[in-house]
Amino acid sequence: MLNPINNLNKLFDSRVRLGILSALMVNDSVNFNELKELLEITDGNLASHIKALEENKVIKVEKGFIGRKTNTTYKITKTGEKMFKAHIDALEKMIQSTK
Amino acid sequence: MYLKVLFMKEQQSLETLKDIKRMMERSSRFISLSGLSGISAGVFALLGAWISWPYVYGFKNLFIRPGAALYSNGNAGYSAIFNTWVFWIAAATFVASLISAFIFTSIKSKRQGIPIWGVSAKRLMTQVAIPIVAGGIFLLRLIHFGTFGLIAPGCLIFYGLALVNASKYTLDEIKWLGYCELLLGIINLWFVGYGLYFWAIGFGILHIVYGSFMWWKYERNTAGNDD
Repeated sequence: MLNPINNLNKLFDSRVRLGILSALMVNDSVNFNELKELLEITDGNLASHIKALEENKVIKVEKGFIGRKTNTTYKITKTGEKMFKAHIDALEKMIQSTK
Repeated sequence: MYLKVLFMKEQQSLETLKDIKRMMERSSRFISLSGLSGISAGVFALLGAWISWPYVYGFKNLFIRPGAALYSNGNAGYSAIFNTWVFWIAAATFVASLISAFIFTSIKSKRQGIPIWGVSAKRLMTQVAIPIVAGGIFLLRLIHFGTFGLIAPGCLIFYGLALVNASKYTLDEIKWLGYCELLLGIINLWFVGYGLYFWAIGFGILHIVYGSFMWWKYERNTAGNDD
């Protein structure tokens, strides 16, 4: 039997990272403050998780302006989408395998 | 032992999947719509209905300038509408409800740290506006042809459709308010002379009931403590 745990992505082994990706899967783009509010975490914590996801090319960062304020928005990449879907499939298989 | 580990893994996976679903829902909906907005809109609606009652049922003159012609070429002109007290009372009610709803919602969104003009709010506004604008144009044409009895049921039906549509983009419970408005509007089609009463129930009482329920469910614990 194939062990489904092997398909779970280590990169997504965090509630915050999964939260970020969940939000990006259903929205075209989400900005920093919206993510912060959604996940109820501090700036520093969110920034470090975003950095890890960005370095692995799971999400991409777009810096823009609203008036004079900077507005940094995030989008999921094609690779990110594939990885996220594979991760969910693995989670589902894990549940089914014990049935 | 192995089975126990497997069971724990299953529980974790389930929790994670639930978490993902919750995040997807929360991030794609505008959740700052305050229950107090519903209550205030309802109060203004009742006030508006109460003020317009004597004009609608003939105890006071409906027209601001009684001499002006109501019909031209057999149709009620738009100028005749602007000549009625009821039109201006309705307009004032609408504006007052909108402003108060906006104030309460912006207070709530500020408390939650969500931008009131964010992506989810814009999406919600667009989805509400589509049935409302279409309905508004339709009702203007009804007025043009003098079918005044269908205005109240028309308002209720189009507003109900707007709310049902909106429920995908904000707190889901709003669909029940939408269904009630729809039902009320449809019943009103068979009681055409009683439009103002149906209107007062739909826009007044139902809003207050819904607003109170939502406030009690989501806001009663957070109200007051602005951290």
